[in-house]
Amino acid sequence: MFQFFLKRLAMLVPTFIGVTMIAFGLIRLIPGDPIELLSGERGIDPARHAELMKQFGFDRPLYQQYIDFFVGVLQGDLGNSIVTKKPVVAEFLTLFPATLELSLCAIIFAVVIGLPIGVIAAVRRGTAFDHTTMGFALTGYSMPIFWWGILLIMLFSTQLGVTPVSGRSDLIRFYYENPTGIMLIDAALSGQKGAFADALHHLVLPTVVLGTIPLAVIARQTRSAMLNVLGEDYVRTARAKGLSPYRIIGLHALRNALITVVTVIGLQVGVLLAGAILTETIFAWPGIGKWMVDSISRRDYPSVQGGLLMIASLVMVVNLIVDLLYGLINPRIRHAR
Amino acid sequence: MKRAILAASIGILASLALANGSEAKTLVYCSEGSPEGFNPSLYTAGTTFDASSRQIYNRLVEFERGTTKIIPALAESWDVSDDGTTYTFHLRKGVKFQTTSAFTPTRDFNADDVVFSFERQRDPNHPYHQVSGGQYEYFQSMDMPNLIKEVKKVDDHTVQFILNQPEAPFIANLGMDFASIMSAEYADQMSKAGTPDQVDLNPVGTGPFQLVAYQKDAVIRYKANPDYWAGKAAIDDLIFAITPDASVRWQKLQAGECHVMPYPNPADLDAMSKNADINLLQQEGLNVGYLAFNTEKAPYTDKRVRQALNMAVNKQAIIDVVFQGAGKAAKNPIPPTIWSYNDAVQDYPYDPAKAKALLAEAGVTSLKTNIWAMPVQRPYNPNARRMAELVQADWAKVGVEAEIVSFEWGEYLKRSKLGEHETVLLGWTGDNGDPDNFLYVLLGCEAAKDSANRARWCHKPFDDLLVAAKRTADVAERTRLYEEAQVIFKDEAPWITVAHSVVFKPVRKEVKNFKIDPFGGHVFYGVDIAE
Repeated sequence: MFQFFLKRLAMLVPTFIGVTMIAFGLIRLIPGDPIELLSGERGIDPARHAELMKQFGFDRPLYQQYIDFFVGVLQGDLGNSIVTKKPVVAEFLTLFPATLELSLCAIIFAVVIGLPIGVIAAVRRGTAFDHTTMGFALTGYSMPIFWWGILLIMLFSTQLGVTPVSGRSDLIRFYYENPTGIMLIDAALSGQKGAFADALHHLVLPTVVLGTIPLAVIARQTRSAMLNVLGEDYVRTARAKGLSPYRIIGLHALRNALITVVTVIGLQVGVLLAGAILTETIFAWPGIGKWMVDSISRRDYPSVQGGLLMIASLVMVVNLIVDLLYGLINPRIRHAR
Repeated sequence: MKRAILAASIGILASLALANGSEAKTLVYCSEGSPEGFNPSLYTAGTTFDASSRQIYNRLVEFERGTTKIIPALAESWDVSDDGTTYTFHLRKGVKFQTTSAFTPTRDFNADDVVFSFERQRDPNHPYHQVSGGQYEYFQSMDMPNLIKEVKKVDDHTVQFILNQPEAPFIANLGMDFASIMSAEYADQMSKAGTPDQVDLNPVGTGPFQLVAYQKDAVIRYKANPDYWAGKAAIDDLIFAITPDASVRWQKLQAGECHVMPYPNPADLDAMSKNADINLLQQEGLNVGYLAFNTEKAPYTDKRVRQALNMAVNKQAIIDVVFQGAGKAAKNPIPPTIWSYNDAVQDYPYDPAKAKALLAEAGVTSLKTNIWAMPVQRPYNPNARRMAELVQADWAKVGVEAEIVSFEWGEYLKRSKLGEHETVLLGWTGDNGDPDNFLYVLLGCEAAKDSANRARWCHKPFDDLLVAAKRTADVAERTRLYEEAQVIFKDEAPWITVAHSVVFKPVRKEVKNFKIDPFGGHVFYGVDIAE
């Protein structure tokens, strides 16, 4: 197991270098001059333009800029944002907890609802429940996030008035600092009565919106994995032995089906980050998604390359963990190759 | 430290609430984006100015709320020397800087603060010049480093600006955001403490509101400055709820989660005007959208061609389609809200037949050209692509075949500045309500070489008028010169002046006395909320 772990870890090194190159190169492939964008219609005279290019180091050959970036990365310094002039790492750390909180809630929501639906649909294959839920799952999967978010806001917030429109807390009633950046924790820590419920209340719609696609995927994957397992010999044997259906499904079938489902959940991390960009914009959720979009449109090179690198690193770490978990669950994977 | 700020501000808020015996009045503004920071001289975006200069700071002179009229602020009065190069400001006495957890002022605002605020930007050797990146783009782009020779403290309450040449728009420039006055005492303290950048991060100003807390991309909190020199604001707490999406802002406004929102979607305007809880305010924007002919390239060197193409465009159709009625056809390069606007100028009528005849007279029988269309929405042009298509269709009727060209925004600005276009769509939003800020910046000879003058049009008689107007401080005389310049402009036709957009601002009915700022900003001093 330890060897497997080391191998996996060693593979991260070239991947990480590749990621730095892509993060650095991608934003530079998009046409556009950050200095021109900063000055807008007002324009900037060529001398001042050159001066600023020099100040930001953009006048140096690309390979040198890359080396500077890479050396900075090794030292934990991702440079300063062109726009806010603040360190990219600090910006990321300020915004990341919001994305993390939302993503965790969304994945929990997706698993808690998607998994049972998938299991029941598989067991009751061909029934009205199966058709209806799978129909909904397909719809949920194809729903444009933007449209879905606005639709829910219009119905639940504006018409029915049961959920807040956007934001993370009721700004007029509550005011507290954000030491952890996770609103549920901060609200609870603030000791203000009703603050936690308020924070939870604000999470409902964004969680549903961000969780819809993963929910649909998990429900469908669970269903097909369960169907596969339910057809296996050992399930038939268990049935023949007269075990109760709950034991067969819960203990034997589901446990095996879970392997596939865990993979799917792992893969959803990337989907969540992509979905977070839109969800955060709709719900004015101060996370990294919105930050990346803004930075790209302003050609804020340091923010984009730094942000991308950190997001990619995160996905790499999650993948590593999923791989290791696999190794633990299924020894065959460990010994393959 | 953060805990201390929190405790202090909660304490203050609580005591204010108790003192009033009623709940604090809170106004929530659903702003469209995060500020880049809190020092307005370091940045150029409107969101930054809304969050900093317009609430936290004051300037020597300011614009009367809702107008472009200059009024005294930290300077009570000023004199200009006869040669127009020395401006002497007499400063207001008894103005207090805000007291925050990090700073307790020991003295009132004085001349040192003015000198500090300008010298920091002007002098590369000033100890504060390099703090927070050391880029003062607005100061640079208004040509202040070349204009200001010296900023001199005469006594505690008198400051002199000595200029290299007379510059009448100078007073208006000092009303702009970059000219906000910071505390020299605070800067000294922070400098001694080894944390000079705190001056920009934890702002201290003399303005009507002071910053309580900022959570990036989420919320900015202010409370009314209790010692504000012009009297405490009517609202106690001001909250910026950062809400990037326009349709969500509208939902929040309807749900009562915010009181004022900027930049509504045109598609929502109809619903807004019908909503009983909402006042839909509107005002013509301080802007102009135009199509500039590259007057260095044939056949646009010939003014008859430019005039003809002016006549060939059906402006009203553009206003109806592109602006969906939320715009007004422009005939002058400055908007009607600016003084010296010459209403006597006659615009070219829409007359394809006459346009065709005029083209023939200029010897242009078949013309192939291009129209550059911006890739982004701007306040002066909500849909440049659509506008280009309409112009293209109109020109086709007089035998001109135009191809529509577009680039990424930064690239578009750069290439059009270099004059690669034949005709280009662009526009301008005013900074200070001075006609010079439109006419000289966009059409002066100095700007015709790779700068903001996209027509690359340098017309001596026109330019002479603008320069003369710059050199005199007499407003009546300046008005006359600018009016005359507008007549020449129309006849020479370096642009098709397309439209001035109308700015809409939905506010909830309980909001009292909110005024649309012609500069596109949001000013909350003077605004009240009905209980």
